[in-house]
Amino acid sequence: MTQVFRIPDKWREFFKSLLKEISKLGVDSIPLVIIISLFIGAVICIQMVLNIVSPLIPSYSTGLATREILILEFSSTMMCLILAGKVGSNISSEIGTMRVTEQIDAMEIMGINSANFIVLPKIIGFVLFIPILGIFSMFFGLVGGGIIAQFTSMISMEDYVYGIQSFFNEWYIWYSLIKCVVFAYIITSVAAYYGYYVKGGALEVGKASTNAVVSSSILILLADVVLTKLLLQ
Amino acid sequence: MIEARNISKWFEGQRILYDVSANFETGKTNLIIGQSGSGKTVFMKCLIGLLTPEEGDILYDGRNFRDLDTSQRRELRTEIGMLFQGSALFDNETVLGNVMFPLKMFSPMSHAEQLERAHFCIKRVGLSNADDKYPSEISGGMQKRVAIARAIALNPRYLFCDEPNSGLDPKTSILIDDLLSDITHEYNITTIINTHDMNSVLGIGENIIFINQGHCDWVGDDKNIFRSKSQSLNDFVFASKLFREVKLFLEREYEAEEKSESGKH
Repeated sequence: MTQVFRIPDKWREFFKSLLKEISKLGVDSIPLVIIISLFIGAVICIQMVLNIVSPLIPSYSTGLATREILILEFSSTMMCLILAGKVGSNISSEIGTMRVTEQIDAMEIMGINSANFIVLPKIIGFVLFIPILGIFSMFFGLVGGGIIAQFTSMISMEDYVYGIQSFFNEWYIWYSLIKCVVFAYIITSVAAYYGYYVKGGALEVGKASTNAVVSSSILILLADVVLTKLLLQ
Repeated sequence: MIEARNISKWFEGQRILYDVSANFETGKTNLIIGQSGSGKTVFMKCLIGLLTPEEGDILYDGRNFRDLDTSQRRELRTEIGMLFQGSALFDNETVLGNVMFPLKMFSPMSHAEQLERAHFCIKRVGLSNADDKYPSEISGGMQKRVAIARAIALNPRYLFCDEPNSGLDPKTSILIDDLLSDITHEYNITTIINTHDMNSVLGIGENIIFINQGHCDWVGDDKNIFRSKSQSLNDFVFASKLFREVKLFLEREYEAEEKSESGKH
């Protein structure tokens, strides 16, 4: 890690790499985030309608509960668990392949700090872009719920919109985005660690990729508990 | 010139190199030969600094690698070119991008000058119309050439090649050997080639170091390798039927030479 967080040898090359990583790890994840958020938002809305059936509970509570679940947990924790699979395996397999094909050794022999050159743009790129993915997830999750309200008779659109606007706590957005940033750091650094220290061949690269996803998922869940305790209490 | 003095290396309690000493001369193709598992790759990695030997010193034109600090080592490494067994080209860069890479990282040249230098190196290794191709789109022989072009881009003083002919057909192997030899003489580089290819040994072996079970068993050149009395070297050199026949032929030649010389006296 001390090798990773050094001043880059060439800022120009660093910014080029950073833009590439933002595009590859962040922008390319947008379609996945949109699709999953739309469907999960729709499913949460249906579940709320079906399970909160009581004359004592106001009809707008479906929208409210959908919003709270999406913002508090889904758009940060669940989304990052999914991205740990996509982005984490991508990073560890890419760096692992570079290791076993001696590309990292080639950089070291040239006198380049390979950890800094390869890993730092990935960490910074994904940490910078994850809030955008989080916001996309929140928005499209709510849109998913809205689609259910619009095209089914389960809940009226007015109740749904009123629900998602009710009792809004701005801090929850910040809480969710802070979690996203921490989880993004966990995903990239754990995956890079497993990839960078691969020994062997293609089989070991596959194992490293799996281990990276499993380890980062567990760390995300642990960090979720800690952050929830720290930020919401 | 690179000097290796009493290099010893252990891995998990097992000794791999035993006090290996050797001199690698400037302007010559220096070959490290030996069977698979003899320790020649470990020796080469110690020379480059990818592995740190537990004992011994490596001197680059008098500069002891052990005494250099991190920045001095990085500076020294800009004087080193390396050709890896699997070429180690960057997958996400084109041929031109790979050759440009060390220039972009270390050269004070302008972009136009870097491009010119990269094109010169690509042309020097005999590649054309491949600038925009990715490593996966070119043959193994072409990949080696690109790796050589990348290795010489910064005008290195030292060139290391780890089994440059592995996986190549005999004709391409000879082309790569000739290219390495030409570049060595043209730019007066200290070239060290790690190989077990006897065609390379006989073709470009100006200074040969034979490593056997972690020991330096023999030092010589391509002229006297067939006359060696070292049993381990002979077992290695004459492992193939072709070279056993060559040996018989040469022995008859030597006998005839000796007879004609004794006849003159």
